[in-house]
Amino acid sequence: MDMLIGYSLYGISLLTVGGIYAILALGLNIQWGYAGLFNAGIAGFAAVGAYTFALLSTAPNPYHYGGLGLPLPFAILAAMILSGCIAFLIGLVCIRLRSDYLAIATIGIAEIIKLFLKNETDLTNGPRGINKIPRPWEHLSEERFYTKGPMSWVMDAASWDSFFDKLPNWWWQPFFCGSILLLVYVIYRFLEKAQRSPWGRMMTAIRENEGAAHAAGKHVTRRRIEAFVIGAMVMGLAGAMLSQHLKLIDPTNTFDPSKMTFLVWVMLIAGGSGNNKGAIFGAFLVWTIWSASEIFINSGLNIFGQLISDMDISLLKTRAGYLRMVVIGLLLQYILQKYPDGIIPESRPTSTGR
Amino acid sequence: MWQTFGFEFVNFYFIPGLVVGCIYALGAIGITLTFSILRFANFAHGEVMMIGAYFTWTAMTLAKTGLGLPLHPLVAAVPAVALAIGLFILVDRYFYKPFRSAPTIRVVMASFGMMLVIRSFVQSVWGPNQLTFVPGIARPNETVKSITNSYDLMILMPNKHFWIIAGTLTIMVALSWLLTKTKIGKGMRAVSDSPELAKVSGIDVEVIIRATWMVGGFCAVAAGVFLAMDLQMLETTMGFRMLLPMFAAAILGGIGRPFGAVVGGLVIGLAEELSVYPWLGDGPLLSPGYKTGVAFAIMIVMLVLRPSGLFKGRLF
Repeated sequence: MDMLIGYSLYGISLLTVGGIYAILALGLNIQWGYAGLFNAGIAGFAAVGAYTFALLSTAPNPYHYGGLGLPLPFAILAAMILSGCIAFLIGLVCIRLRSDYLAIATIGIAEIIKLFLKNETDLTNGPRGINKIPRPWEHLSEERFYTKGPMSWVMDAASWDSFFDKLPNWWWQPFFCGSILLLVYVIYRFLEKAQRSPWGRMMTAIRENEGAAHAAGKHVTRRRIEAFVIGAMVMGLAGAMLSQHLKLIDPTNTFDPSKMTFLVWVMLIAGGSGNNKGAIFGAFLVWTIWSASEIFINSGLNIFGQLISDMDISLLKTRAGYLRMVVIGLLLQYILQKYPDGIIPESRPTSTGR
Repeated sequence: MWQTFGFEFVNFYFIPGLVVGCIYALGAIGITLTFSILRFANFAHGEVMMIGAYFTWTAMTLAKTGLGLPLHPLVAAVPAVALAIGLFILVDRYFYKPFRSAPTIRVVMASFGMMLVIRSFVQSVWGPNQLTFVPGIARPNETVKSITNSYDLMILMPNKHFWIIAGTLTIMVALSWLLTKTKIGKGMRAVSDSPELAKVSGIDVEVIIRATWMVGGFCAVAAGVFLAMDLQMLETTMGFRMLLPMFAAAILGGIGRPFGAVVGGLVIGLAEELSVYPWLGDGPLLSPGYKTGVAFAIMIVMLVLRPSGLFKGRLF
């Protein structure tokens, strides 16, 4: 029984993180798949979302400003809005740049965001990061939530306390996973609608032939900024969800460009850029490969370590983690050359609708 | 005057800025050549710098433990240059060449992937921790110190800074000879101007591309080794940290202008170091944590106001 719970909890956490990556991939799909904007600073936008959420929702504490303890939906909304605002400012300046210049500029912006998070120690607690970020559902069992507000109207604190004591300690995991999958679905529906709307068709036209779209009277720059901002808002949302999942974020390790930016690009390219189903499928597929390969490599090394008892395998384990990155990178190169359209290629909406 | 302003300014801000500028300049030469001849921003350039420095470290360590021979980094860099050029050409053959006629963005993406592949490879072979490149504290050169002191203009410069500045000057002279006097250099300039025209006038573009990787790889390893000499240690992220200032230098100088890239590198290096000088009041003008931001700001301003750079570079 315990084993069964263990396996299903692993499956749930796989779906949870896969779902967060799917949101990131959907955000990138608006920017790259719809509008053809090369954003190489995904980690930066995710970091803005994560820190905004964390600063607004954590309980007051002496290490950093913020800690306002706002209700979680407000904090999530604020994360999206701030991420979108930053994207808007960047878009005003950089959106006209040719694709490679935009990539360089967005890498730079992600680095500047990281510099800010690292250096403004009063606001963000610097490299030590922010701790105790509330996680939806689980946060209900925190004392500050059930002693006041709507929860205290239902039952008093003591009965909530005994209620949460009776639940197994993983009770919130399926709920959290479900919320994230629901979010993925909502964003997916929204994006599908957008792609089939006149706005989406115009985006495709601008991506495929900027000159012709411009000649047809479309405001190319404004539309591109729109796509950039919407994509960044979705990434900010994903960042907020990631900070909830991790509970502890710091500027360097959490928002490492190789883990965030690069992995999301591999997901979108593998799944099929321009196709929302492809983005979601690619995210879950690549995340499963990524996460399962870690388990296989580690258990393989553990067996190896038992056979040769006087060897320190912890060193090999960290090295193997990097080797995994090499393999994922080569996988991207293979997909780029053999399947440039991805596993589920983009499907153009027909003129008669579906 | 010298004691109150000049001494501190020249020794702790201007000379370090010049040294960093030389390193950026060498890196930016490779970027600007690839950008103008192959027409894409090579994100893996910084990583080749980094792996070149790691190769050099390995050669130094092997010579020391195997033969008991302490090699100077610049000697150990010779095999490293060969390896890095080989790596560049292999990467080009298997990962960039298939996209020659595809939209540019695909090869940019491939180079973005190579950036992480090379870095992760280094992290898995040499480990993610810092390595000591040259042990000990670099003391200022005594001769220069006493001579300049006798004129009341004391300059504190460790030997490594002389090596870096002299090395950069030598490479630049050699490069200008290569680009203006040799057939291959003229071919490179021709392909940079117009690949089609170069092709019909009988220039083998693939040969020129290989030559570009050689020149770029040479300059990249030189920059990597100089950087490692300056920092006296190796880090797997050192290439990535250089990437943005190098792009900024290449754009500032104008894409396809190797000497523009040199000027751009020096300007960016000096601007970064001088931005933390206490110009107003006692504290640094800009908090040192934000030094990296200076290169980025210059790059954005250039891209918006004058995308062809200071020296009329190419526009794509």
